[in-house]
Amino acid sequence: MGRERMFNAAMVLALVLVPLWAWMTAEPFIITLATKVAILALAGVGLNIALGLGGLISLGHAAFFGIGGYAMGILASHAQTATPLMEWPFLIEGTNQMPVIWLVAVVASALAALIIGALSLRTSGVYFIMITLAFGQMLFYFAISWSAYGGEDGLSIWVRNEFPGVNTLDPIQFLAICYVILGAVLVFAARLARSPFGLALSAARQTSERVETVGLTPFRLRLTAFVISGAITGLAGALFADLNRFISPTMLSWHTSGEIMVFVILGGVGRLYGPVVGAALYILLEHLLGGVSDYWQVFLGVLLLLIVLFARGGLIGAITGREVAHD
Amino acid sequence: MSLILIIEQILNGLQFGVMLFLMAAGLTLVFGVMGLINLAHGSLYMVGAFAAAAVAGATGSFVLALIASLAAAAAAGAIVELVVIRRLYARDHLDQVLATFALILIFSEGTRWLFGSFPLFLEVPRYLSGPVTLPGGIQYPLYRLAMIVIGLLIAAGLFWLIARTRIGIQIRAGECDREMIAALGVDISKLYTLVFALGAALAGLAGALVGAIQSVQVGMGEPVLILAFVVIVIGGIGSIKGALVGALLVGLTDTLGGVFLPRFFELFLAPASATSVGASLASMLIYILMAAVLLVRPLGLYGGRT
Amino acid sequence: MKPIRTLALATSVMALATAALADTKIGMITTLSGGGAGLGVDVRDGFMLAIDNAERDDIEVVIEDDQRKPDVAVQTSDRMIQSEKVDIMTGIIWSNLAMAVIPSAVAQGVFYLSPNAGPSALAGERCHENYFNVAWQNDNLHEAAGAYANDAGFENTFILAPNYPAGQDALTGFKRMYEGELADEIYTKLGQTDYAAELAQIRASGADSVFFFLPGGMGISFLKQYADSGVDLPVVGPAFSFDQGILQAVGEAALGVKNTSQWSKDLDNAANVAFVEAFQEEYGRLPSLYASQGYDTANLILSALEKADVSDKDAFRAALREADFDSVRGDFRFGNNHHPIQDIYVREVIKEGDVYTNKIVATGLEDHADAYASECKM
Repeated sequence: MGRERMFNAAMVLALVLVPLWAWMTAEPFIITLATKVAILALAGVGLNIALGLGGLISLGHAAFFGIGGYAMGILASHAQTATPLMEWPFLIEGTNQMPVIWLVAVVASALAALIIGALSLRTSGVYFIMITLAFGQMLFYFAISWSAYGGEDGLSIWVRNEFPGVNTLDPIQFLAICYVILGAVLVFAARLARSPFGLALSAARQTSERVETVGLTPFRLRLTAFVISGAITGLAGALFADLNRFISPTMLSWHTSGEIMVFVILGGVGRLYGPVVGAALYILLEHLLGGVSDYWQVFLGVLLLLIVLFARGGLIGAITGREVAHD
Repeated sequence: MSLILIIEQILNGLQFGVMLFLMAAGLTLVFGVMGLINLAHGSLYMVGAFAAAAVAGATGSFVLALIASLAAAAAAGAIVELVVIRRLYARDHLDQVLATFALILIFSEGTRWLFGSFPLFLEVPRYLSGPVTLPGGIQYPLYRLAMIVIGLLIAAGLFWLIARTRIGIQIRAGECDREMIAALGVDISKLYTLVFALGAALAGLAGALVGAIQSVQVGMGEPVLILAFVVIVIGGIGSIKGALVGALLVGLTDTLGGVFLPRFFELFLAPASATSVGASLASMLIYILMAAVLLVRPLGLYGGRT
Repeated sequence: MKPIRTLALATSVMALATAALADTKIGMITTLSGGGAGLGVDVRDGFMLAIDNAERDDIEVVIEDDQRKPDVAVQTSDRMIQSEKVDIMTGIIWSNLAMAVIPSAVAQGVFYLSPNAGPSALAGERCHENYFNVAWQNDNLHEAAGAYANDAGFENTFILAPNYPAGQDALTGFKRMYEGELADEIYTKLGQTDYAAELAQIRASGADSVFFFLPGGMGISFLKQYADSGVDLPVVGPAFSFDQGILQAVGEAALGVKNTSQWSKDLDNAANVAFVEAFQEEYGRLPSLYASQGYDTANLILSALEKADVSDKDAFRAALREADFDSVRGDFRFGNNHHPIQDIYVREVIKEGDVYTNKIVATGLEDHADAYASECKM
């Protein structure tokens, strides 16, 4: 455990020091990249609860990421144009306050996860992968033709939303917000894994019969995990929308689901810091390889393939020499 | 709406379904026999189309182009199986999803590297072009009729292969109990390569056939791939019969939904919004169908395992 | 960090050092990988051709790929503005990426010149003094198609487009000019490649002509299937489905089809003749519509730099507004909303030797401005 802990500490240190250095040398773009890493890592931490802890291979998490994004886009666009979101049966106004937006994003994506999960968890294995993919595609096509909020063109929010006491337009302050959220969610995820619920969920992943005999229903455990997972990914979606000041159906596409999964696996499934390492590595690769060739995705593909084939514990596993079994 | 139009649309749905079957058959075989989920199946479809376009461009022969598509996709499939896929059989679905996702990136951008960013040209041969008049005065493109016939012939051939031949027996045995057929002395790794290449060849052929009336371009396989997944999930993963039924169901639902839903909404909405609402709903229809099937039968129509 | 693909045109260190003060830095974000990369490559090549020809050592162009992803485009634009301190930006192909990038870029004081996308919002209410469109407002080519339909005597047209904002704009644009009846109006799925169902509807509709807007692979598929369906009605559409890059993939199926464009290879003016020849010589292929737009964009920038330094924003803006350059499309000027006022031609697809290409057969609209100019308070 010692090496993994040291590696994690080094990782956290790098994530703090690099933007700090960028801030001092006036390189705002590196701060933006660090923010992107933090937000994508958050999405990965969300997926990891379903994937690593619950063993639920969801290829539809872009749905929650997108719902979070659209929650931000819809609320902020109504605040921008000062038109109410709806007037009947009760008045709902738009808002540009981040805490409110986050709350709505979390609740909306949790609700969606509850519905999608309740239907999808009736199946398992490949069927589960495919039905989550299908629900994701359904929302994707819906968003494309939803012309009220930009359809395929998406929606631009010209100004970043506000957070009391913070200037969110300053890259380093927005980064700080994202870091605090990521940190809080990491603590939450760590506690969740060690809680009775987390242990039962793990047990259900390995042998669901054993869990049933002690009077727990695996379905409920999994559904709860799926909802928590979706809610966190939704929160990441809202932040991602604020980072770009833009939302579009791309957030809902199955490539996004695949990418979130890539973060988790690059870092190492079922590891607390796996998604953080994975997202950092992915963004780094994207920018290193993107400079080398227009066809950088070929190299990314080869690298991914090598990691899956030969470094089963992800990067953390490869470096610390330990594998975490996943099934 | 005239009866002729309805019949024509049903033919269109049939033709779409038959092409989906060629894609889905390979996917479902590979899953049934090897327990592998292959996201890169759409890339093999693309390989077939590109090979056909290249050969047709060089020789001018459509038949040679189709043979090339079969050969190229089978070869690509066999190579991928030998180098990558066989390391994944013992892995969980997660690793399989990720590795084959990586293969998509490699195939797509690699093809763009080789052939450039512009679509390639592949056309319907002269002797199959233009419409024919069917009984009842229906004008229907000959090429699409040919696609239906080819697709149904291949479906029949596949059923025969699996029901009657030695390989078919091994495939069926492999679906039931993988360890057992290895114990019986069947060269299991050769069988796996063969099944994978067969599935790839079918996908490649579908790519070439469809490429002649559509655009041969990078990424053409992905929308079809997702539809093929919907097909095998509806049909039940591992079942060839399920793939055929699922493919026809999806083909007909998608085609007829796209035509008739806007008409349906016109009954009680303004024309402009009816068109838009109908089109939106039509694009979601097959996913709704899939969710509905899985709610009633979580293992698909003919599925027996997960 | 990522090594930036910088195309420094300075030939010597000396030149760099002496020119450092007057350096103009242009940031180009365009689609160079993934689907739709062909369009970005053409814009880039056309643009760089003009820049290279100018042989100025005080202009630096930074080119970045947006992968056709809005979030990548937004981040790249932030980096170009914040870290690289570019003065002028250009390159974006797609309207949705343009809407994500342009408003915040011009708000940060950068000039943006669009070589392709022209969303209606940026032409109307949200027009901006630092935003110039060198191609067209999105509706323009469709409007010309509508006008051509009147001239050609079409009375019962069947119109179709994908179900997304640009598709809806296309049909709106066509209907704005078209005076005849509509046989039917259909929205197809975005990315759809099989049009059997729509073709059957066209056949059954009793239409006398077809208008379609189906960009990229969708258009190729539609045309091939149309030619094979036995439906024999005249077809008209915007140039996007008949451009040099994709015509070869459509082949014979496109022959004779009328399409609307503000540019064509055979436009007879000195600038265009020179452009077509130089492009072929440099890249070994015929230039496309997109290449012509990239080329014009670069020449517009060069013409303004002759008159004013980019650091003097007001003077530079005024110089851009004059549009004092030889456009390859002939006459060209800006309206009050910084969008083109130009002729839009009707072209016909022909075969020259082995190559499919276009020739001009008529003028669809003369001195045409867009419909949103009056909403722009500028």
